[in-house]
Amino acid sequence: MSEPGGDEPSLRVRDLAYAYPDGTQALFGVNLTIGRGERVALLGPNGAGKTTLVMHLNGILTPGHGSVEVAGLPVAKHTLREVRRRVGLVFQDPDDQLFMPTVRQDVAFGPANMGVRGDELDQRVRRALERVGMLDAIDRPPHHLSFGQRRRVAVATVLAMEPEILVLDEPSSNLDPASRRELADILRGLDVTVLMVTHDLPYALELCERALILSGGVIAADGPTHEILGDAELLAAHRLELPYGFAVPPRTSIHDLHAM
Amino acid sequence: MHVPDGFFNAAVSVSAGVVAAAGVAVCLRAARRELDDRTAPMAGLVAAFVFAAQMLNFPVAAGTSGHLLGGALAAVLVGPYTAVLAVSVVLIVQAFLFADGGLTALGINILLMAIVTAVVGWAVFRLVTAVLPRGKPAITAASFLAALVSVPASALVFTLLFWLGGTAPIDVAAVAAAMGGVHVLIGIGEGLITALTVSAVLAVRPDLVYGARGLAAPLVLRTADGETRVPQPAAPAPAAPARRPGRFLLGGVAVALVLAGVVSFYASGDPDGLEKVAGDKGFDAGEEEHGLAGSPLADYGVQGVENERLSVGLAGIVGVGVTVVIGGAVFYLVRRRTGDETAPGRVGDTGRAAV
Amino acid sequence: MGAGHHHRIHRPGDTPVHRLPPQCKLAAVAAFAIVVVATPRTAVWAFAVYAALLAAVAAVARIPPGFVLRRMAIEIPFVAFALALPFIGLGERVPVLGLRLSEEGLWAAWNILAKATLGVVASILLAATTEPRLILQGARRLRLPPLLVQIAMFMLRYLDVILDEMRRMRIARESRGFVARDLRAAPVLARSAGALFIRSYERGERVHLAMLSRGYTGVMPVLDDAAAPPAAWARALSLPAAAAVVAVLALTVA
Repeated sequence: MSEPGGDEPSLRVRDLAYAYPDGTQALFGVNLTIGRGERVALLGPNGAGKTTLVMHLNGILTPGHGSVEVAGLPVAKHTLREVRRRVGLVFQDPDDQLFMPTVRQDVAFGPANMGVRGDELDQRVRRALERVGMLDAIDRPPHHLSFGQRRRVAVATVLAMEPEILVLDEPSSNLDPASRRELADILRGLDVTVLMVTHDLPYALELCERALILSGGVIAADGPTHEILGDAELLAAHRLELPYGFAVPPRTSIHDLHAM
Repeated sequence: MHVPDGFFNAAVSVSAGVVAAAGVAVCLRAARRELDDRTAPMAGLVAAFVFAAQMLNFPVAAGTSGHLLGGALAAVLVGPYTAVLAVSVVLIVQAFLFADGGLTALGINILLMAIVTAVVGWAVFRLVTAVLPRGKPAITAASFLAALVSVPASALVFTLLFWLGGTAPIDVAAVAAAMGGVHVLIGIGEGLITALTVSAVLAVRPDLVYGARGLAAPLVLRTADGETRVPQPAAPAPAAPARRPGRFLLGGVAVALVLAGVVSFYASGDPDGLEKVAGDKGFDAGEEEHGLAGSPLADYGVQGVENERLSVGLAGIVGVGVTVVIGGAVFYLVRRRTGDETAPGRVGDTGRAAV
Repeated sequence: MGAGHHHRIHRPGDTPVHRLPPQCKLAAVAAFAIVVVATPRTAVWAFAVYAALLAAVAAVARIPPGFVLRRMAIEIPFVAFALALPFIGLGERVPVLGLRLSEEGLWAAWNILAKATLGVVASILLAATTEPRLILQGARRLRLPPLLVQIAMFMLRYLDVILDEMRRMRIARESRGFVARDLRAAPVLARSAGALFIRSYERGERVHLAMLSRGYTGVMPVLDDAAAPPAAWARALSLPAAAAVVAVLALTVA
């Protein structure tokens, strides 16, 4: 079992193919590599298999063919425990992820399953909540929080496990502009590797310097975000489109953004 | 209706509590065998569904409306074990958090509304689907009958418990009549709602209906060499395993009934071993009236039935009947079921869950 | 049944009763109910004492009487049944206010009314002074099977979510002009019920996946589970203890 960090890429997916139990094939050989500290957006039309791909990253689904490695550790039955610590998956619906009676118990669930107890557990919970700015909600029940707050707590539940890579499924969906901004600031401030599945192209441009397009069950494009978003034909070919009135800002200002 | 404190005497409340606890324990083990680590979230969500569904208003006519009980519906949708757990949890939460149902009557409420409805509902469902040709209409019809029977069955057990230890001085026959009629009507409503709901789920996600396992079309893989059919996991075959033990069971019950109903009367009236010793040694003076001495079945007779032979015989038959029902229910729930309960994940399981 | 009259009973506060550990309160109320049910119905004075005990608890917990009375509506069907007993009961009849009522029936009615009411009030006081999730925690400490308590916790967590979805479906139906008047509405309502089941089930599966993703291996980690100090037990059990003294007196003296 290789140690995380160092020069192993955070994520390496090789020739991943997968079909559902009813026979529909979803992935036809996905290849991608994400290095430590990178922030990558995963774009693509509905039904392209983005969520399916994501569920392979922490072993919920087993590939029909191909492999997944997280910081050098292959995803397999006997490594699931460690893989699930390394891959922090934030689901689209925070209500699915906040299933405990209080915020504290939800954030503690992950590390507790890894054996963390007592003071250390308490510290981890507080640190994670601080990082998302939700420390004062620590003893409240999740249904008392607004949607945006629940999203942030969902991120904290995963951060508490000190993951290698944070995988977010549509993080900005259903958020009002202020919450969107708050979440962007939080994500920018984290020093984990980030893989973000999103339809929100401006958000992808703002936060991720690299973008992948998953279409037809394969990676159809892989490059700097501003290049991909600047190629209107490429976008149109995969049912993607920039929002009305949005133009990709000139290269230099993006560089500054990502350098922050 | 949730039974409050004080409606049944202590003996019946405690006994029902013991039976309910045993039933729930059996279902906890069985559900965990079926669902493994999914048990808690799945049963919890089903319980939330049952609670919500019980609040649905189904108008009947001019101002009156009916509500779903849900035991049989849950049994058809998620199987008897998870159904019992889900409805029991609803009742427990209602008692502890909403003051609905006496704390001392929790055992009775769980027995009546969770265990009897789900178990009877499932039994009727299996019986009917075994007889009818396979397919969605059969499942819908079976759901209707299952829910229909579950309601008067629950009322029957209520009447039985009332006969044994109700604290109200009413003629049991009158109670039975009042309960029976109304509850068949309620049963029809329950059957209708259940059948329609099961049919609605079958139309969209038949793979989620526990009672419809084995109905899915076989998986066909198209390859370069042509089509191959992938055999489905073995559908539950209710007829086959029931055949041999069925005959044995019926035979056994028949013998028990004859013994209890007829032969018992001719049993010796002399004191049995313990009584004789007690009499000889003189410690029978401390003998106390059994707590249930005043109950309708005390001293192996039926209160109110004058003819001795008939009285003893009837008591015997009722005793056997109750034992067979309870014992049979426990046996049925506990026995290892090969094939169906260990069937691999249903189509549409993990593979599609979060898409 | 769950026919829509379930108000959340919890009334937040910071009284000694509120602060008692939940397992103590739960045990105390259950024991109290048992003692009440075991008391012979003829000892009418005993029930008056029980009522006084509960009133004292309510006073300490600062629960207003109106609050309790409003939530006692749940009892009404059985009150109606109990009141009918003197009229339909068997046995000797005695003249009361010009009517000939069954004596057994009168006693039975009193028995049910008194015990059921005391039981309901005690339950209301428990629910009013204890947060729902803490009641479940208390149940677990009292050795209720952990899996059962876990199921209850998930039920409680997602009840509001499911009820919300049900409400949204009703609004969607009504926005399309659907009014449920009679039996012909049943298929539409059942379709909603079916959709609700599917959504609930799928959510259950997603929650399970979320649990797996955070390392769940089948056993819930038990975290905050402090044992209650003996002093707390003593305070809580004083209620059933006092009731027990009354009951013993009633059983021996009567």
